[in-house]
Amino acid sequence: MFSMSSIKRAVSLLLLCLPLVTQAAMTIEIIGGAASKIPVAISPFAGAGLAYQTITDVVAADLARTGELNLINVADLTPPITDPGDPRFGVAQQRGAEAIVLGQVNVLPNGQIEVKFRLMDAVKKTQLAGYSYTTDVKQLRLVGHKIADVVYEKLIGVPGVFSTHIAYVLKQGKRYELQVVDADGQNGQSVLKSTEPLISPAWSPDGSKLAYVSFEDKKPVVYVQNMLNGSRRILANFKGSNSAPAWSPDGTQLALVLTRDNSGSQLYVMNADGGGLKRLTFGGGIDTEPAWSPDGKSILFTSDRGGSPQVYQMPAAGGSAQRMTFDGSYNVSPSWSPDGKRFAFVQRSEGRFRIAVQDIATGQVQVLTNTNLDESPSFAANGKMIVYATEINGRGVLAAVSSDGRTQVRLSDRAGDMREPSWGR
Amino acid sequence: MKKSVLSLIVVAMLAGCSTTPTQQAPIVDNSAADAARAAATKMAADKAAADKAAAEAAALEQARLASQVNPLTDPNNMLSKRSVYFDFDKYVVKSEFTPLVEAHAAYLTSHKDAKVILQGNTDDRGSREYNLALGQRRADAVRKALNLLSVPEAQMEAVSFGEEKPKATGNDEAAFAQNRRADIVYQGE
Repeated sequence: MFSMSSIKRAVSLLLLCLPLVTQAAMTIEIIGGAASKIPVAISPFAGAGLAYQTITDVVAADLARTGELNLINVADLTPPITDPGDPRFGVAQQRGAEAIVLGQVNVLPNGQIEVKFRLMDAVKKTQLAGYSYTTDVKQLRLVGHKIADVVYEKLIGVPGVFSTHIAYVLKQGKRYELQVVDADGQNGQSVLKSTEPLISPAWSPDGSKLAYVSFEDKKPVVYVQNMLNGSRRILANFKGSNSAPAWSPDGTQLALVLTRDNSGSQLYVMNADGGGLKRLTFGGGIDTEPAWSPDGKSILFTSDRGGSPQVYQMPAAGGSAQRMTFDGSYNVSPSWSPDGKRFAFVQRSEGRFRIAVQDIATGQVQVLTNTNLDESPSFAANGKMIVYATEINGRGVLAAVSSDGRTQVRLSDRAGDMREPSWGR
Repeated sequence: MKKSVLSLIVVAMLAGCSTTPTQQAPIVDNSAADAARAAATKMAADKAAADKAAAEAAALEQARLASQVNPLTDPNNMLSKRSVYFDFDKYVVKSEFTPLVEAHAAYLTSHKDAKVILQGNTDDRGSREYNLALGQRRADAVRKALNLLSVPEAQMEAVSFGEEKPKATGNDEAAFAQNRRADIVYQGE
């Protein structure tokens, strides 16, 4: 499935990253990888002091974490290669690279930083991509993620998700925080702190808002928080419990779970402004965890109507539901792939809770993870990776797995229990 | 109190009678009657004052007791029992909790202004949202049991904490059993 040498490279990369990583107390572990990886060299970005180191490290870590690229080390070449005309250019190819990233960092007179990079075909010496960014020091990591996005898309053919964000809940003792981190687990920012539980964060499709469930009023209430200005409002606070918000793909509606009609936990939809409440399911049992399909036409959800919790699909406009999962007695927490062809979910088998994906057309199921207490899978926007929560040594951590199961990445933070991840834009 | 009023009236009538035949019986000693009347009046007044003080003290004591021994929190009262426990994967109120549910139903039907929040809980195995729904089912089971005993829905709200507020945090059956629970909480508590 993967070669030992690729693991070793990934590990050495991890070590290289550590001095920078300690500032956020988060480490990334990479296990496995794709069957055939594209070999790419990243020449250290030449220029302004420490700044270039951050850029180079961010680009390298992002690309390595996919498990689809094999990083060829050219860090020993000093000064770094910045020009395809450099007589040492062929060294990268000799070491096996099919592509090479060349970059340069300059401090401008106004204090801003200019980052230029080129992605070169290492064999043909032709340019595959080339961009220039002007930024301030605080945004250097973001520029690194953007460069990795370009490189990944050129080499793999699918947009990168390195400049996206993941929302999750951090529990430290009796304190809860809603946090937003970059896709590499770095640059964490607290967007809400509470002494009562927080669960089920859900990004609006444009990434401007987070819906979530807070227990601050001694019961579950759904809030929507604006990520641009920090303001928030109650979306649903009906009698009983209010939970499981899920955005429609156009961002105008949310599906959610209410108990206001005294007939168990049922699915409803409402407009994002809080109006237009409409009930979707009419059983007396449990219907929960709605997930809106990317085409907006249907909703996957968890229901116990058949005697055990299983994933069902129904039209978003209402109508009859169709059972989707059949293996085992506990299949919950569906999450659509962005192309709408598959969904990830949690499957309990032999007492283990693991992340699996099911092909909608064929019904074929593949278990992706090898841990025991996996929860809340959420697809990246490019469909390549799935972030989820699991437990290692009694502590909640976030992990990601490629949607083919070949690459597993752990995003861990020593500060507390991490849970309920939602991968946004 | 009543007795002393009556005796006071009798004394007054006697005194009145004695004064009517003054012309025929000037030998009647009025000073003795006056003294008796004064003594009786004083006695009655003293008794009334004492009785009033006693009544006030009793009322105070009653108020003090009422404030101290709230039936909802009196450990000797069934109403102080607030937790209904459920079997694994079961959502029916077991018969052993019938007296508890009946006591709260009686209190709620006789205290129309009282309101309860029924809080369902689960252990921490599996999906948080699915567990929220399971906890809701436990809270709803208690709500339905109270409703069958004539408690109006308007006096109750069933909510769920799911696995988020465990009473016991262990990873064994004893802890799980503690968390398969619905709690009855009165508004304002």
